[in-house]
Amino acid sequence: MNYNWNWMVFWEMAPDGVHTYMGTLIQGLYWTVGVSIVAWCIALLVGGIVGVFGTTGNAWVERFCAGYVELFRNVPLLVQMFLWYFVFPEVVPARLGEFIKTADPAWSTFWTAAVCLGLFTSSRIAVQIQAGIRALPAGQPMAATALGLTRPQVYRYVLLPLTVRMILPPMASEALNLIKNSSVAFTIGLLEITGAARSMQEFTFQIFESFAAATVLYVAINIVVVLLMRYLEKRLSVPGFIGQPR
Amino acid sequence: MIEFKNVSKWYGSFQVLNDCSISINAGQVVVVCGPSGSGKSTLIKTANALEPFQKGEILIDGVSVGARKTNLPQLRARIGMVFQHFELFPHLSVMRNLELAQVKVLGRTADEANQRGRSLLERVGLSAHMDKFPGQLSGGQQQRVAIARALAMDPIAMLFDEPTSALDPEMVNEVLDVMVDLAKEGMTMMVVTHEMGFARKVADRVIFMDEGAIVEDCSKDEFFERPEELSDRAKLFLSKILTH
Amino acid sequence: MHGFDFEIIIRTAPYLFTVGLMFTLKLTVLSTIGAIILGTLLAIMRLSSNRAVSAVAGGYVNLMRALPLILIIFWFYFLVPYIVGWLTQAGRPIAVGGFTSALITFTLFEAAYFCEIVRAGIQSVPRGQLDAGYAIGLSFRQVMSYVVLPQAFRKMTPLLLTQVIVIFQDTSLVYVLSLTDFLGAANNVAQRDGRLVEMFVFAAVVYFLISYAASRSVKMLERRSNAAGA
Repeated sequence: MNYNWNWMVFWEMAPDGVHTYMGTLIQGLYWTVGVSIVAWCIALLVGGIVGVFGTTGNAWVERFCAGYVELFRNVPLLVQMFLWYFVFPEVVPARLGEFIKTADPAWSTFWTAAVCLGLFTSSRIAVQIQAGIRALPAGQPMAATALGLTRPQVYRYVLLPLTVRMILPPMASEALNLIKNSSVAFTIGLLEITGAARSMQEFTFQIFESFAAATVLYVAINIVVVLLMRYLEKRLSVPGFIGQPR
Repeated sequence: MIEFKNVSKWYGSFQVLNDCSISINAGQVVVVCGPSGSGKSTLIKTANALEPFQKGEILIDGVSVGARKTNLPQLRARIGMVFQHFELFPHLSVMRNLELAQVKVLGRTADEANQRGRSLLERVGLSAHMDKFPGQLSGGQQQRVAIARALAMDPIAMLFDEPTSALDPEMVNEVLDVMVDLAKEGMTMMVVTHEMGFARKVADRVIFMDEGAIVEDCSKDEFFERPEELSDRAKLFLSKILTH
Repeated sequence: MHGFDFEIIIRTAPYLFTVGLMFTLKLTVLSTIGAIILGTLLAIMRLSSNRAVSAVAGGYVNLMRALPLILIIFWFYFLVPYIVGWLTQAGRPIAVGGFTSALITFTLFEAAYFCEIVRAGIQSVPRGQLDAGYAIGLSFRQVMSYVVLPQAFRKMTPLLLTQVIVIFQDTSLVYVLSLTDFLGAANNVAQRDGRLVEMFVFAAVVYFLISYAASRSVKMLERRSNAAGA
């Protein structure tokens, strides 16, 4: 069939005159990794707080945390992205809105995407943490309390260390989800991997080469994250605890 | 030392503790027994405020457990508790399990905590395992570490909630031996258990509970030597557990 | 900020729902059906003792789960015409239309996720059930159809339904193909009339209400089936 394969296209110059197509894809890789890392930090921080507070037993706090989770999990990520990008600047006080709208588009899309992805993922992390804490045998917090540890101490020295070890596998898949979800940011103009591949495809008509490159990059990131998680699991592992050898 | 005064507790509309009054003096060993569901575990957990109660008063060395102004962490540090399922912290080594509360609650230095931990491990016969993790120890070993962990806080009294019920039979004695030694040294102990052999050896008094209320509270001798004077329910219970 | 223009929402609602939401629901339902069937097949393949079969299924599932949906949407959008052309010996790519492309994409993509759910469900059925089935003389296919899968599906229903809700939300990504699903319709109105805030907020609210109602129903279903001693 009439598709002209041209694997050398990666070394041709992109329309911006500065990078080769390979260069734009690598730029895309940097944007993907960058936005993912920033979003992950936001997600851990906010999700950690919401998750821990959702287990404290205070009815109002728990209801608020549950509401937070429901809000972010029932609206598609793309819609949330549009809300942050198009609606948010309009509903905040005029000065902040102006600042956002006149900022350098590369950074405004980056930060919008990072905040959107971060908060979206934070609700999922909150759920994991709550599930982890609730899955701990009730005797653990009781024993810690019986020794005289205060509530914050119980969380800090017993509940959270145990929960973190237990939820490492689901957290690994949340991290991978986050990286995949970063592709949605291309719809607001962030030139991450998918955006770079799409742009390359549009200019060169070398469809399969472009998307194959993107595929390879995502698989590579995937492998790195999985290896990282395995290393973390090994570092944190405690002999005799949940499936570790005695 | 430990005083329960007319303590009652409800879960919703279901009453789990019915007007319980017990007085335990310093150095006394009191064994609480009774059928499951009788409320004995719940009762012992009210003593260090792990379970709240709605009516009555509990005094530990004169300090009221239920009073709002009572500093609970400090109070709990003065009473040791040993659980049925050991509840060692699996992510910490044996040594760290012993040191954690000493440092964080009592404010001891790391060295002091370490010293105290070592001497207690030696006392329960487990010095060789100090750097191991709970997952690597047998049930009997874990429970002995748990006792050491509670003792590390230098408590004025010890509470035991069915300490041997979750152990395989061959490990029960190693734990009971530690408890007997503790009793002989004069520790105030409140022990929920079915181990009547232990009660016969070191208990000063035996309390029998049924359906949330205290049915018998008598000296060990009365309980074991003159069983015919016990209530029917106590006799029935005794007959069931004394056959093995 | 100038006033929120409710009037445009009311005016365009019929269009949004009859065109946009219909598209979304059609895509969701049809791809769910296809994905569950394919996913179950993949799950059985993965659990097969034949190394090659389970490796192929495993490779497919892992690849699908490693890539972003948007990228896969693009892949299939361009790839399917070529495949159809090759299959029909036409010598050139045959255009298949946006909906068809999206349907194929979602079916093949979500099948990987359903595969994992079904696989976990099958593995949760005790081994003894399989043995008992063989013992009374049933063939593999019979044991699967009459003994294992029914039990597995009963356990997995909440997870399957939750995944359907996920698919419902994922369909919004057909935006990148400029298809007119619910979000696409809202976007059309927003761009045409310059009313981004109103339309996107409205879209968010509608997605929220539908997803929330659906997930509450799933929870209720779960509670009822647990109470019935599942």
